[in-house]
Amino acid sequence: MSYKVKLEIFEGPLDLLLYLIKKEELNIYDIPIAGITEQYLQYLDLMQLLDLKVAGEFLVMASTLMQIKSKMLLPVEEQQPQEEEEEDPRAELVRRLLEYSKFKEAANRLEELEREQADVFRRRITPVPFGASAEEDYFEASLFDLISAFSKIVKTVPKKQFLEIIKDEFTVEKKVHDLLHLLVVKPVIYFSKLFEKAKSKIEIIATFLAVLELIRLKEIQIRQKSSFAEIQIIRHPEHIKVRGIKDGTKAAKEDY
Amino acid sequence: MEQKQLKRIIEALLFASDKPLGIAQIKEVLEGPDISAIKSAAGELKQEYKDSGRSFGIAEIAGGYQIITDPAYAPWLQKLYRKSHTEKLSHPSLETLAIIAYRQPITRLEIEDVRGVNVDGVLKTLLERALVRISGRKQIPGRPFLYGTTKNFLEFFALQSLQELPQLEEFGELALRRGEKDVKIKQPSQEDRPD
Repeated sequence: MSYKVKLEIFEGPLDLLLYLIKKEELNIYDIPIAGITEQYLQYLDLMQLLDLKVAGEFLVMASTLMQIKSKMLLPVEEQQPQEEEEEDPRAELVRRLLEYSKFKEAANRLEELEREQADVFRRRITPVPFGASAEEDYFEASLFDLISAFSKIVKTVPKKQFLEIIKDEFTVEKKVHDLLHLLVVKPVIYFSKLFEKAKSKIEIIATFLAVLELIRLKEIQIRQKSSFAEIQIIRHPEHIKVRGIKDGTKAAKEDY
Repeated sequence: MEQKQLKRIIEALLFASDKPLGIAQIKEVLEGPDISAIKSAAGELKQEYKDSGRSFGIAEIAGGYQIITDPAYAPWLQKLYRKSHTEKLSHPSLETLAIIAYRQPITRLEIEDVRGVNVDGVLKTLLERALVRISGRKQIPGRPFLYGTTKNFLEFFALQSLQELPQLEEFGELALRRGEKDVKIKQPSQEDRPD
């Protein structure tokens, strides 16, 4: 058995190329392609010698470099009036390198900001709001949140339950009714609690489909306090006539 | 409402909040003063702290205000609250985050195109830390997910908004300055960048 270590000295082939260009003080707009290809391959050899895992992307770049090299060896044909100026075979690579180097710089700036923040301390209290919880700030959970919460639930259901043979007695329609009835009794239902009593996978799925159906019909609304927080199910505000629950669904929806 | 009173109320709100407090939220609580009045009161308060040489001040983060400590007092605070270094973002994470921040909404393939490497794992970490989120799907075959930064991203880096990030063009060839020699160069045009 051999142990492969993934040493992240170079983030990727572009990073390695930028490093070589800097090291050799080359002009990025006029890269001596033969020389750099050779150096690049030497590094790959070295990485393999050290038994580092060379990611496939490095090999793709190696072949790209060799392709450019061979293109540049070809004589330039003059009889091409349709194209004013034949593009340098290196142009695409240069563009990618420049683009990548911009983001590398931007990442450095973010790292700086992160470091600055390490010296800044914020208040650590969890204020208890006076009075009603109705004023708490919620925003509408996205469908993706719902699906990821659901996949977690499916995973936590013991495998054993899936093996039982149960008569198909759960329909989405029935679950829709159950859910609406439950909401009459309890104004807020936690999404995860919804599946606690479910006996089979079919029942879990029927319940989930019922939730989706009710969202589509705008009968219910799903909300969260923050990303990845527990998802709550409430009646859609349009359907509450007795008293308007004031919540922050409008708040964080589109503000970034 | 008197300006002085307004300032003190805002001070109390900020003092009791552990997150940046949005102007809209402050406005809702105050029921009266408009946004410009709130902004000027908060600005005055900020200046007041600065002038009186406090060890804390008011920062404008993610479209709101927050009381934070002066970095000069970090040595003592770090003794009290050890900030874990495991939380630091890795280089691949920072690179990926930068690409998302500037190019959002963006698909995973588009990110990989810039970085030249697979970003599956990195993207998962960023999603888990709620620095990025799935913001929708691109209307192209396969309908891939689109990624964007979150409000938490702004809070994490103490940014007021995405506009506060430096212009990407400013970075440009900074990284390569050293490599240039006085060879006449043909710059590739900006237009042939595929989208």
